[in-house]
Amino acid sequence: MPTWSRNQWYVAAYSAEISHELFARTICGEPLVLYRTTGGDVVALEDRCVHRRYPLSKSHLIDDTIVCGYHGFTYDQCGTCLAAPGQKRIPRTARVPAFTIVEQDSLVWVWIGDNDRSDEALIPRAPWLDSPEYTVVRGMEPLQARYELLVDNLLDLSHETYLHGGYIGTPEVAQTPITTEVDEDAGVIYVSRHMDDAACPPFYAESTGITGRIARWQDIEYHPPCLYLLHSRIAPTGDLPADDGTDDHAFHVEVVYAITPETEHSTHDFWMVARDFALADQHVSDFLAENNRTVVLQDVVALDVLETIVEGEKEHYQELSINIDTGGLAARRLLKRQREAGEAAPEPTAATSTR
Amino acid sequence: MTGPSPSRMLAGRHVYRVVSQLGTDLLVGHCWCGEERSAEDPIELWEWLLAHPETHDANSAAGAAGPPGDRLVRT
Repeated sequence: MPTWSRNQWYVAAYSAEISHELFARTICGEPLVLYRTTGGDVVALEDRCVHRRYPLSKSHLIDDTIVCGYHGFTYDQCGTCLAAPGQKRIPRTARVPAFTIVEQDSLVWVWIGDNDRSDEALIPRAPWLDSPEYTVVRGMEPLQARYELLVDNLLDLSHETYLHGGYIGTPEVAQTPITTEVDEDAGVIYVSRHMDDAACPPFYAESTGITGRIARWQDIEYHPPCLYLLHSRIAPTGDLPADDGTDDHAFHVEVVYAITPETEHSTHDFWMVARDFALADQHVSDFLAENNRTVVLQDVVALDVLETIVEGEKEHYQELSINIDTGGLAARRLLKRQREAGEAAPEPTAATSTR
Repeated sequence: MTGPSPSRMLAGRHVYRVVSQLGTDLLVGHCWCGEERSAEDPIELWEWLLAHPETHDANSAAGAAGPPGDRLVRT
């Protein structure tokens, strides 16, 4: 059984990645071919011709149909075969599965599971990514590690002090206690670390221009399985939000990750950094993009190593968890709950899947 | 016993909260029913919280917060 949850939404791509060209990406073990129709909708089909398994992503997009590059089977946006080579009759089983897609907040979300169980309202929001009040830099790094290792990594930011020193890590991150909350009904985890007098790491000093010590707040909001939001607030020490909640003097950075399993041992590590200051400053954009990518790659190197260790370890290896792992432990539990719910039969009132 | 409860960030009806106590190795777990307990081991604390109502129950079947809907208190 795969380690990811079925019947969940996952980020398959950035909106900007999908054009009127065939695009291949494997999501949760499902090889997909994606494209944007002439009408602007995103289509996702299984990337395998029903005839002899040829990848549709290596085929031809003609108008809004895919013509298989091997024998010419032609599929519409729903995966229905419109033409078969050398005959008029189209076999009844000549169709490829189509996946439910929702495009929102500059992200292309795909439902991995039974299409008739998909619910668009369950997709968590990240409005900063598509807001004129923010400037966003982003990227995606392939991770040769299971997605749970990235969840562990992101739920405990004390590792910034040691793995990302000189970029985003300072001693205060590891030294400051955290508060963890879990909303059982919504399935959301919140991990809060407020450093009221901390050194300003180069990542924020260079981008904000602050030269002294800072109040640095990190508020993680994780919507398992895929969307991770880090609300980062940077301000000179002592500069707190007003009683009415306004916070005009602080710098806000929304760091977003989409954690999408590719296979059981690899992950798409989508990362985004949205800021509400220096909106038109290309130097700041370039700096944040380069430095955040460096930080992500530091994680990639570490997690790739961890994957080989986890794969090779003996069964029932007993790891150690301490206070900093409180959020990570909560995430593991909610992911397990989602896996079990995703494998369970649908409610009796739900329709039977057609996939 | 443990000082003031921390500011709530999540607004659901059934929110568990675990707070690291500054200057100590203690974690304080707050169940949505209103009961709390401290421990030095997060696994032990989660087991206690999640065992509600077997290990504790403050006679609050309805939960400690307002109706679910808005996920964040601050918004």
